[in-house]
Amino acid sequence: MTNELIDFVLVSVALLGIGIYGLSVKRNAIRMLFAVEIIINAANLNLVAFGRFLPHSGGQTLALFSIAIAAAEVAVGLSLIIVAYRMYQNIDIADFRSLKG
Amino acid sequence: MADAIFLALSVITIGSAIAALEMRSLIYGSIALMGTLGGIAGFFLLLDSPFVAMFQLAVYVGSIAVLILFTVMLVKRELIFKKVEDKRRKFVGIALMLVFMVALGSIIMNSGIKTITTDEPAVDFRNIGADFLTYYWPALILMALILTGSVTGALILARREDVENDQRTD
Repeated sequence: MTNELIDFVLVSVALLGIGIYGLSVKRNAIRMLFAVEIIINAANLNLVAFGRFLPHSGGQTLALFSIAIAAAEVAVGLSLIIVAYRMYQNIDIADFRSLKG
Repeated sequence: MADAIFLALSVITIGSAIAALEMRSLIYGSIALMGTLGGIAGFFLLLDSPFVAMFQLAVYVGSIAVLILFTVMLVKRELIFKKVEDKRRKFVGIALMLVFMVALGSIIMNSGIKTITTDEPAVDFRNIGADFLTYYWPALILMALILTGSVTGALILARREDVENDQRTD
């Protein structure tokens, strides 16, 4: 295998950095969801990479669970964004500050 | 050392991750996010885990990206193209990103990860299926319940009562 573990881990670090940048700078709710997705994918990449190099089947199993949970999270997150959009007519998170309906 | 396929995949993945966050239009942004998710699936193939790669393609590129695309289409047109951000906040965000990347990268480069290599064969995906049905079966059932609950919750949250009443009067 020509690719080493460190290469995959460095790609994962780069994706994590981009995700943190998106979460801290963007105010659009859908874009923040994009950033969360990027961070989750960086974590999955790490799980599978370490599982390959140990080698142990636990990494892939945990990555599969993580992907399934992320799917549930996106479904709930998008429906929350739709509810908030219906309420405020905007997807800017600066408008979502009040808990009052 | 990394080979050419790895370098191309990492350029595609990281480039489209940046594009997903920085594209003016949210629609093109979600298509770029599809590129990131597909690139990660390619990394899984490079890591000899084809089952996870196919799962990633089916769940992320197939359903989550399409779900995001449809949600973007439900939003008003001017909001899709509107980009509200502070200049100062953006610089702070870029600085935070660079600090994270440099700090974590240097820690990882100096750690023992650098010397880890393997000549052992990859894990057979049949073992993963066997693990799911033997050791991990309570977790599998719990995950199915969580998925059912969250999808039902999402449907209930996004339901509109006023539309239902309008249709009944027609």
